Order: sequence, then structure tokens, then C-alpha cells
Amino acid sequence: MKSVLKHFIYILIIFSSLSLSAQNVKLVKFDDVETFMNRQTDTTYVINFWATWCNPCVHELPNFGKLDSTYHNQKIKVLLVSLDFPKEFNTKLIPFVSKKKIQTEVWLLNDPDYNAWIDKVDPSWSGSIPATLVLNNKLKMKKFNEKELNLEELNALVKPFMSQNDHQ
Amino acid sequence: MKNKFKKTISLAAIPVLALLVMTSAKAPSGGYKVGDNARDFSLKNIDGSTVSLSSFNKATKGAIVIFTCNHCPVAQAYQDRIIALNNKYQSQGYPVIAINSNDPEAVAADSYENMKIRAKEKGFNFPYLFDQTQEIATAYGATKTPHVFVLQKEGNAFNVKYIGAIDDNKDDETAVKHKYVETAVNELLAGKKVSQNFTKAIGCGIKWKTAAATN
Repeated sequence: MKSVLKHFIYILIIFSSLSLSAQNVKLVKFDDVETFMNRQTDTTYVINFWATWCNPCVHELPNFGKLDSTYHNQKIKVLLVSLDFPKEFNTKLIPFVSKKKIQTEVWLLNDPDYNAWIDKVDPSWSGSIPATLVLNNKLKMKKFNEKELNLEELNALVKPFMSQNDHQ
Repeated sequence: MKNKFKKTISLAAIPVLALLVMTSAKAPSGGYKVGDNARDFSLKNIDGSTVSLSSFNKATKGAIVIFTCNHCPVAQAYQDRIIALNNKYQSQGYPVIAINSNDPEAVAADSYENMKIRAKEKGFNFPYLFDQTQEIATAYGATKTPHVFVLQKEGNAFNVKYIGAIDDNKDDETAVKHKYVETAVNELLAGKKVSQNFTKAIGCGIKWKTAAATN
């Protein structure tokens, strides 16, 4: 009886740790990103464009994970849009997300005709990553920054959007 | 009073120093627009020779200048296509000239010695030049790898006719719909105006030297 309980506990631990670290990374087209950008809500959306092959992107990524706790209980949604090679979805992206325990939602944007949609994110965007877009459609506010952001810089970028909202 | 002052100054120095250390290398702004004349350059090739745009004997009608590097996976994905561009256009007067402007202190894989190795491995049949001072990337306004500038010879000048991506699919060569550079060069060879002279693409940012590294 004792050993059955032990095994049950082990299995429970394994399953719970698996569900904590796993997230379903969606494979999307730019239309999906555009739909997301156009959501008519009072939530502040933070969209970071990155890739596992981009070192400055990987370096700043943890800062985006901190936004949820910084703005706990406020209306903010962070989305990490990866421009990784689709053929490396399982070999590079998923292992990376799992290893780094990334809880923030990750999408793989499989829309390689970049020239067709870069300007829709921001006309000033040269195409280099990392790049971050912060927007709030209710407040009609939008800010785009094409550089690696340290925590201080990211917070400074997001803060004006959040201080406009009532704390609920 | 003096000691307190000293203490304040030394405490204040810490965040200032931290900020300086945290500051990443800044990309220069500016660069060429389509229609500008590109400056000449004289850069070291992987065979030890110096190649200059003005005296490169293959650049009879123009040149396909490509800022690229060793380490960037996007640049790597385009290596074969860059070789193919040279195979197609060098004999027609538009040779490829590849330039690596990355700071090897930032990425060891992009050192001159490693450039030689990569060129040999892949059988690069075009100059692969080392822009050690990053002057040329700065002058052109190259921001990432790969980044293409198609130049057409007009008298002694080299005029910029196209800036941007090689094509519209870094992931799958067989799924390419628009071969931007090929179309541009074909149009120039036919004496036509380039129909799409500017495109944007994703690539690895050029690794600029930090303030500490430059002297």
C-alpha cells in the first residue's frame, strides 16, 4: 500500500511539473498578429519580435516575463512573436521555451514575406530585431522601439500606458 | 562635510558607471538612399589582397554589395543563394562583393580568420571583405545581415539602385515568390528602371563596436 502511494505521488509530481513548464506555441500568419493588434479593448498589448538565433533578443527576453508581475491585476497582455525558422520549431524553439520556462505566450510567425507586413507593425521599423510594440486601442496609444531593452527601458516604455488605467 | 561629499560622489558614480556598462553599442543612423552615389572602399579580402570598388576589374557594369557574416543563421540560410547570384551576374558585369562588418570582439565566429575558413568551406567565388573599422557599413547604412545594395556604374560613380532583401523567403528557397535582387539586376541590364528598389527584411543586427572598444 505504501509503495503504491509513493508511486502515485511521484506520478502526480511529474504531471504537475510538466503542465507548469509546457505551453502551446502557436504557429501563425501575420493576419493573426494583425487581428491581435486590432483588438478593441482597454488592455495594453506588448508585442516583442524576437528569435532564438538573435542574441540581443534572447538577452532581453526575461524582462518581458517580469511585466506580468509588475502589472499584476492590471490589464496587460504580453506576446512574444518569434521569427525562428519554421523547420526549427521542434528542434530549436520548443526546447528553448521549455528550457527557459517561458510562461509568456509565444507565437511562431511563419510569414516569410517580411516586406509585405513589416510596415503594418510600424512604418519606421527597419526590420531588425529585437523590436517591441506597445499599444492600447482604447487609449489610442502606440509606441514602437527597435532595440534591445533592459528592464528599466522596458518599464519606462510600458508605464505611460498603465498609469492611464484605473486600478481595479 | 568633505567626507560626506566624497561619499555622495562615489555612491553616485556607481549607477553612472553601471549605465555606461549597460549601454549597448549604438547603431549609427543615416546611410544611402536609392539614387545616392556610393563611396569607394578598400578592404582586406580573405586571400590577403585589398579589394576596392573603384578598381575591382569584375565590376564593369556595377556590383551587388552584400553585408553578411559567418554567424548569423539568416545569413547562413542565404549563403548558397549569394553564391548563385555571383555565378549568374559576375560574368554580366555585376559581381557580388560580400562585406563582413561585425565586431569580432562581439562575435568571435565573425573574425577575419573565421571568414577565411567559411569562404573555403563554402567555396565563395567572390570577394569576402573585412570591414574592420565598420566605416563602410556606417556609410552605406547597413543595419543587418544580409543587407543588399545593388550599385550601377555611371561613369566613375557607383549609384545605388536597390536596397534591401535578397528575396522574400529566408526559410525556403523553393518557395520564393519575389527574387528582389535578381529582378533589380535584370532590369538594370535591360536598361530599365528598377521597379522595386527598396524592401525590408529580418536579419541579425550588425554587431557594432561598443564605445569602450573604439579608440
